[in-house]
Amino acid sequence: MKRAGHVTAHRHTTPQISVPHRNRPHLPIGYARRYAALVTMSTLAANAPGAAGGGLKDVAASEASLRRFLHGLPGVDQVGLEARAAALGTRSIKTTAKAYAIDLAISMIDLTTLEGADTVGKVRALCTKGRNPDPSDPTAPRVAAICVYPDMVATAKEALKGTGIQVASVATAFPAGRAALPVKLADTADAVAAGADEIDMVIDRGAFLSGRYLDVFNEITAVKEACKRPDGTSAHLKVIFETGELQTYDNVRRASWLAMLAGADFIKTSTGKVAVNATPPVTLLMLEAVRDFRAQTGVQVGVKPAGGIRTTKDAMKYLVMVNETLGDDWLTPHWFRFGASSLLNDLLMQRQKLTTGRYSGPDYVTVD
Amino acid sequence: MSDLSTRLDTPARIQVFKTYKLYVGGKFPRSESGRVYEVTDAKGQWLANAPLGTRKDTRDAVLAARAAVKGWSGTTAYNRGQVLYRVAEMLQGRREQFAAEVAAAEGLGGKKAGALVDQAIDRWVWYAGWTDKVAQIAGAANPVAGPFFNLSVPEPTGVVGIVAPQTGYGHSFLGLVSVLAPVIATGNTAVVAAAADAPLPALSLGEVLATSDVPGGVVNVISGRTADIAPTLASHQDVNALDLTGAIAADGPGTATALEELAADTLKRVLRPAVDPAAQDWTNAPGTDRLLSFLETKTVWHPMGQ
Repeated sequence: MKRAGHVTAHRHTTPQISVPHRNRPHLPIGYARRYAALVTMSTLAANAPGAAGGGLKDVAASEASLRRFLHGLPGVDQVGLEARAAALGTRSIKTTAKAYAIDLAISMIDLTTLEGADTVGKVRALCTKGRNPDPSDPTAPRVAAICVYPDMVATAKEALKGTGIQVASVATAFPAGRAALPVKLADTADAVAAGADEIDMVIDRGAFLSGRYLDVFNEITAVKEACKRPDGTSAHLKVIFETGELQTYDNVRRASWLAMLAGADFIKTSTGKVAVNATPPVTLLMLEAVRDFRAQTGVQVGVKPAGGIRTTKDAMKYLVMVNETLGDDWLTPHWFRFGASSLLNDLLMQRQKLTTGRYSGPDYVTVD
Repeated sequence: MSDLSTRLDTPARIQVFKTYKLYVGGKFPRSESGRVYEVTDAKGQWLANAPLGTRKDTRDAVLAARAAVKGWSGTTAYNRGQVLYRVAEMLQGRREQFAAEVAAAEGLGGKKAGALVDQAIDRWVWYAGWTDKVAQIAGAANPVAGPFFNLSVPEPTGVVGIVAPQTGYGHSFLGLVSVLAPVIATGNTAVVAAAADAPLPALSLGEVLATSDVPGGVVNVISGRTADIAPTLASHQDVNALDLTGAIAADGPGTATALEELAADTLKRVLRPAVDPAAQDWTNAPGTDRLLSFLETKTVWHPMGQ
């Protein structure tokens, strides 16, 4: 298992995200090393049913066993986690590494419009932007997906035909998640029937916070079932925790394990609709959870921070975090996504700066 | 014993030196580089350390100036005039400080320096009065061959990069005011590259602006090497116009010609420096040239009603 804090420089064919060590200030790194062992220790509980071998399949057999497992996860060292996330945000990434990081970040974006005022025209315009983000430079990569409300899925699907860009749809009474289960399942099935490639569901935070973990578990498995298409394939399921409402880091860790046990393909921080959205510490915590989950079960799960990531600098901090915590296996749009809308324009402006040498302005990218 | 107590009662006072800082987005940051440079008076004596503003500081300032355009250009001309007059009021209260800084920077006697500061304050007032009158000399109701009202109205250009005057009598403060006031009077926002050898009056002006009613970001002051700051402003696509008054370095990337070329690449409006900037006397009456330099004319056709 790779330990965060060590630079794993084993990529030969692509430019490095990691930067030469001399660019790093000394003090934060020493600080990070000191805390790395604390915050990167395995999140596997000693008393977990699967910990002694035999997998994790019995964990959700009952409310009691699920609670025992989730509450058996080690507590999060808040100070250590935040120090580590802050230390990973101090890297200086320039020139070719920056160019590589910008293109990688663009290709990882779930370009999102989730407004009550969305129109067919606006969704089409967004799809056009996703296909060809910088009209003045065809070498700019495409985004990974367009994320819309379920009723706009058909429009987006049509506009993206033949491009390979995925259509993601939020579902399950997004963003509050306050609806009866049959309504949520119908919402999901409707989006899948309209052609959604990915479903972003929200968990029932009320149930989670009041300790009804099995309800949340069953809801996720039911939605996963609703993602199945008639031909036997299945839409990718992303599970949104709304970490801003989960109160503690311990809860984020529990929610991560709960969702992964229930079969999530991706775990996602936030809806973007509340005051606190994706933050580096929360994302780091989720990255560690997917790392440990793969070590335990062999199943790889993706991560999507969403909301509040607006600048190239922010995006690069997240990429550094992925590289240091998970390594190359996750540094693709298959396993890591940014849920964002304004981030793309900032990435494009930075990209224009690298190609033309001039600092760009908002007059030179499309307004959406 | 009495000897000791006397010494304890009246310790020698240690002078409190001022840390000059940049003025960006209504705040007073140190340079992003963490570096400073020595500012000396006309005789080469050390005066203070000024922050060595970098290209990155300049870009941050452009962001702040851009963010301030909407609010500042959207205020009524009358309100802008009131705000600028308030700046003059604040300057009046700090007249002695500015007089001392100007005297040191330009090697002048106290009386002459004080007169230059007085004139700078008067010039703020003069430009404050122009805010709601400039539309009358730059705009027009045009006669057209049809049943239309045809109106031309001046609008601010946007973000203006200013290379502040580096030479000429009164350049350090009166010269700075003479190039800055007309730019913001017409509703533009400004990023000022302060005179490299005499940045202290400009940095102190930032403190005055922060305590007037000028919104943060409308004026941003960067001190440092002109050869770093000016080309960044000239090539930045989000700067709409460039005032090259102080771009007089003998060679290198700070020359007016090189900056004009960079500005042409990004389609900026450019105000060129005087033919002999060193001979410029900033006490001369300014006229309306600078006021009219950073305006765009919008013309609207409106059908005449029945």
